[in-house]
Amino acid sequence: MNPLYAQFQQEVPLSWYLALSAALFSLGVVGFIVKRNLITVFMSIELMLNAVNLSFVTFAHQWHAVKGQIFVFFVMMVAAAEAAVGLAIIIAVFRARATLAVDRIDRMSL
Amino acid sequence: MSAYLHLWLIPLAPFAGFLVNGLFGRRLPKWLVTAVALLAPLASFSAVLCDSSGDLLPHVETFGQWINAGLLHIDFSFVLDQLSLTMLLVVTGVGFLIHIYSVGYMKHEEGYARYFSYLNLFLFFMTVLVLAGNALVMFVGWEGVGLASYLLIGFYFKKQSAADAGKKAFIVNRIGDVGFLIGMFLLVANFGTLTFTEIAAKLGQDPGWQGGVVTVIALCLLLGATGKSAQIPLYIWLPDAMEGPTPVSALIHAATMVTAGVYMIARNHVLFDHSPFALSVVAVIGAATALFAATIALVQTDIKRVLAYSTISQLGYMFLGCGAAAYSAAIFHLVTHAFFKALLFLAAGAVIHALGGEQDLRKMGGLWKKMPVTFAVTTAGVLAIAGFFPFAGFFSKDAILYAVFQQGVNGKILWGVGLLTALLTSFYMFRLWYMAFLGEPRGESAHTHPTPFSMLAPLTILALLSIGGGWIGIDRVSGWINMERVSGFLAPVLGARGADAGNVQLELILSVIAVGAALFGWLLAHVFYRQDSTLPEDTRAALSGGYKILTNKYYVDEIYGATVVKPLMGISGLVLEVIVDYGILGGLAWLLTGIATLTGAVLQRWQSGNIRAYAAWVAAGAAALLLFVLVPWQTVWPQSLEFVWKMAGH
Repeated sequence: MNPLYAQFQQEVPLSWYLALSAALFSLGVVGFIVKRNLITVFMSIELMLNAVNLSFVTFAHQWHAVKGQIFVFFVMMVAAAEAAVGLAIIIAVFRARATLAVDRIDRMSL
Repeated sequence: MSAYLHLWLIPLAPFAGFLVNGLFGRRLPKWLVTAVALLAPLASFSAVLCDSSGDLLPHVETFGQWINAGLLHIDFSFVLDQLSLTMLLVVTGVGFLIHIYSVGYMKHEEGYARYFSYLNLFLFFMTVLVLAGNALVMFVGWEGVGLASYLLIGFYFKKQSAADAGKKAFIVNRIGDVGFLIGMFLLVANFGTLTFTEIAAKLGQDPGWQGGVVTVIALCLLLGATGKSAQIPLYIWLPDAMEGPTPVSALIHAATMVTAGVYMIARNHVLFDHSPFALSVVAVIGAATALFAATIALVQTDIKRVLAYSTISQLGYMFLGCGAAAYSAAIFHLVTHAFFKALLFLAAGAVIHALGGEQDLRKMGGLWKKMPVTFAVTTAGVLAIAGFFPFAGFFSKDAILYAVFQQGVNGKILWGVGLLTALLTSFYMFRLWYMAFLGEPRGESAHTHPTPFSMLAPLTILALLSIGGGWIGIDRVSGWINMERVSGFLAPVLGARGADAGNVQLELILSVIAVGAALFGWLLAHVFYRQDSTLPEDTRAALSGGYKILTNKYYVDEIYGATVVKPLMGISGLVLEVIVDYGILGGLAWLLTGIATLTGAVLQRWQSGNIRAYAAWVAAGAAALLLFVLVPWQTVWPQSLEFVWKMAGH
């Protein structure tokens, strides 16, 4: 193994990955709460999901367990499906309301 | 003990009748209601007759455990012995006759099926009461007959007075029931059992049981008995109970239910035997009630009220007999009284029925021509209750008076009271007889409806029983009433009375005196109400004060009203209604609703409808949870407290 790579690997400890994950997650939360545009909100959700994915992968690597990676695949799959459905809903909402501001979309009826 | 007698059949038949008529009676045709209603007591009566072969007695049947707590075991058990057999024959036999009579009497009344379902329900509970093998099962029947009595007194519930009378009977009986209940609790606490035979056995084993707690138990049971059997101080409900249909008065408030108290004392006689004080209380209450009620009966003008007070008076005789420890004489009088008082009530019912609802004696008269059969049977009943030889009342009343006479000096006084009561009884019964049946027709009595056969037949049978019923008390050997046969038959249950059986001469003399008193009463009534029509008025004018007291029934209702009812109502109005109901309960309710409203008012601001606010709260909640889980509070808390402490400058 490349000694440089080994050193590099050693030099990025677990906590850094987790800190990155937490930072991404927090960004997602803040985005979700602060942003008004529905698409941005949606992206924030994706960001949170991926932050969680990152911590899954990190722990899977740490414990040499493959379960975490499988979870990541599941999450990605669900996220893809959610993106498809979510975008369709967003288009439908925009057609009906002519707006994507979350505050305005507060009724169950059209 | 060998055969199984199926005692459960006896109460079950009327209960089935109650269910059928109570649930479907309104949709069934009238003949079917009648058939069910009559079959139920008939089946019961037949079952009793089938079980009445004496060699199987006493017979106990247990249908399962009821209460099994620690050392206390109470079973659903029925006992058939000589005592309960006697009672059962009266209850189901007289009950059946009165059912037949009711068919004619209630024919045109509203609620025909309801009436018979109640009547069957009464028979069910009464047979349970009589058959009970322990005090708790007896209490079930005891409360049940109270319920049936309440329902039947208030049968014409659209009439305010009837509804009130029902409530009065129910409430006054509850007071007595408290006594019965406390007596049972004390029995459980002291004997650990409620089974009559076990109590008797435990009392028999230890001669130390005397007075003290036994007296208290006996007095508590006596309070229950005074409630049910309408004795002083709880007799006030019975006269009002006459608001019910007349056959009900005959069955429940004369022949059977009101005698339950006497039966209960006889059933628990071992307890009373161990407490001379309680026995003398029973005797004094009985004698006082007998005289007291008889004096009130002298001036009543409502035919049913005369009979009601006479019932109270006769029940007093039974208590007097119990108090003299002559339980078998009391039970004997109970039986004969059931015959002649049921007869008198039913005859009064026939008169009322014939006159279209008229109950006032002053508006009757001369009925003997129009209702010869009723007149004849009433005559038999009057002679029986007055105690003339050879009618039923003579034997039983004399048996009681004789037993009382032998109880020392106090017994002589009580005997005198009993004798005076006999005189008064004879007087007021013949007064009724003269006013209703003899003399000239007055008021409504000119027009009478015919009496149906279904009413005359039971009257005739009861009249025969009133005439001949007393002869079961005759000793075949000596040919005189020394109670040998009755007490001999009941001896296995009630215990044999020893020395008193012998003195035939004394008993003969006492009987002659009693009949003399009754004759004197008849004579007085004859003078007052037959010969001299102005004499009653003159006497009333001369003794207006006493007359007023008597017509107002010694103002007992008013006294109770002022001393018990009014203060109770006052306390209820102030303490219970204002403080407890409005203050505590209402206030609590207001407090709870206030808390809920206030919390809602605050929390509803959370429900803003803003999705981002919700998300923020979810995030905050998740953060709080994380904080709670991840921070090692056990170490952080002391440190931070210390930090604050130091920062404060220490």
